[in-house]
Amino acid sequence: MAEITKILTEHIDKPGIETFKVYRENGGYNAVEKALKEMTSDAIVEEVKKAGVRGRGGAGFPMGMKWSFLAKPEGVPRYLVCNADESEPGTFKDHYLMKSIPHLLIEGMIVSSFALGANKGFIYVRGELMYVIRILENAIEEAKAAGFLGKNILGTGYDLELVVQPGGGAYICGEETALLESLEGKRGNPRNKPPFPAVKGLYQCPTVVNNVESIANTPWIVMNGGDKYASFGVGRSTGTKLISASGHINKPGVYEIPLGISVREFMESDEYCGGIRHGHQLKALVAGGSSVPILPAHLVYETAEGNERLMTYESLSDGGFASGTMLGSGGFIVMDETTCIVRNTWNFSRFYAHESCGQCSPCREGTGWMTKVLERIENGKGSMSDIDLLVDVAKKIEGNTICPLGDAAAWPVASAIRHFRDEFEWHITNPTEATKPGAIYRGEPILA
Amino acid sequence: MSEVEERVALTPERLAKVQEIIKRYPAGQQKSALLPILHLVQEQFGWVSAASMDMVAELLDIQPVEVYEVTTFYTMFHLEPVGKHVIEYCRTGPCCNMGGEGVYDHLKNRLGIKEKETTADGVFTLKEVECLAACGWGPCFQIREKFYLHLTNDKVDEIIDELRN
Repeated sequence: MAEITKILTEHIDKPGIETFKVYRENGGYNAVEKALKEMTSDAIVEEVKKAGVRGRGGAGFPMGMKWSFLAKPEGVPRYLVCNADESEPGTFKDHYLMKSIPHLLIEGMIVSSFALGANKGFIYVRGELMYVIRILENAIEEAKAAGFLGKNILGTGYDLELVVQPGGGAYICGEETALLESLEGKRGNPRNKPPFPAVKGLYQCPTVVNNVESIANTPWIVMNGGDKYASFGVGRSTGTKLISASGHINKPGVYEIPLGISVREFMESDEYCGGIRHGHQLKALVAGGSSVPILPAHLVYETAEGNERLMTYESLSDGGFASGTMLGSGGFIVMDETTCIVRNTWNFSRFYAHESCGQCSPCREGTGWMTKVLERIENGKGSMSDIDLLVDVAKKIEGNTICPLGDAAAWPVASAIRHFRDEFEWHITNPTEATKPGAIYRGEPILA
Repeated sequence: MSEVEERVALTPERLAKVQEIIKRYPAGQQKSALLPILHLVQEQFGWVSAASMDMVAELLDIQPVEVYEVTTFYTMFHLEPVGKHVIEYCRTGPCCNMGGEGVYDHLKNRLGIKEKETTADGVFTLKEVECLAACGWGPCFQIREKFYLHLTNDKVDEIIDELRN
């Protein structure tokens, strides 16, 4: 028997799986029955801890540990909030999961809410995905009609109400405290921590915020146990991960991989990306969404020390920022030799400048300046000192802001210069050539 | 002024929906309903005017400025009148990798307008947006709730022709 490696997507292609009926026929909501009738809340938390599943939104913080921080003062409501604000460039896995198999998230919300002792849960979906919001609302109605949501679920005495909340178009609301502000009807300005949401979250009540994919893992963990989940993967990278693959590959799409396969296998095998598009060569990879450091081709399949690079949290960050990157949200953006790194860096930088909430001056001002400087280099108007200026500005943003958006803006710029400095220099020393339509630097990237 | 006042009443169906939305949140937390209600306002009027923001403030029993600061923070709300179809075109890196910039140039030429402009016949408004979480299916744009994926110049022409007729 083939080993089961699809925890989230095993049934995703079955016709009608978006309906309660077909989902239920395929074992859906069995985890709710098991959790509510046979398990205690603490036992579920224990299984999630054993599973070792790490936050799939990008931060990679152990989910079970996050759950165990939840304060439980008497008489104060607790909330579970699902972060479905997926906005990190290169990432579209939650979008795919929610639209294709919405009941998986609803089922996960039920068992997770039960484990946390929450009687109300929110799914905060980015406003652009209004059609997905309608799919989720419909799934909630179906689950309610079948007795899996609402008052006295399955006669167990447990009550749960789920609300789907639309965002309004703001990347920053993917940061958990900004998301809570937004859910309270305010601007999405991140909060200072502490207090952490686990103590003072939504409406100042104890709150857990988890990513869609993280929550979607919980029904499987309830049914099969944390140990079984942890048997997939390598070391502290347990289970499977949804990877959003885009760019210059033969088969862009969302793939569920067991953590621990090699980057080469993911890139080249027909089961996944199907290789770089015909006739082209790999130039660079952004492995975990736009905010993680970019890797030049020679560091993609092997670490600086010559070890095979794996799709794990640890292996992708091997070498630190000098020669590694991060798994992040799993936004796997592949670039071949037709990509202009300067232009791509400028594009990402503009994104962060556009999405900065403006609260912290290093981020508000720094992202704007980086964008301007990158734009002038791209347009053939840069000077050599601009390169060090960018490095300096990036350094001054990093670590000096309330939330990680500042870091997310700094890292792509700093890493692009670290690995592709010669390409930036070429733009500056050869402005006429560099600004011709379609002109791309073909020199060898310098070694880290 | 009377024209503005006329514009700001939500339909009875939407007013009922507003009451239903407010009930989703704990007592006293009705401000949480702000974003969902602003989406309803835009769905009805096509954009969010100052007068409609005042109306929303009244519905939620909050200060008008609490509505203004939110509508101006979130990029989905159009603060000026727009054409019948607002094309929200993804300009972020992954879509550009998939050929998004070339298709965007074609779209602009085809419509004869630049970003933030509306065609003379009032049918299309063009707006650049950041990543729509459809990177592997790009280039893409969105019109209201619908995503248009795997765009090419030919596909753009087809969509424009279809929506214009």
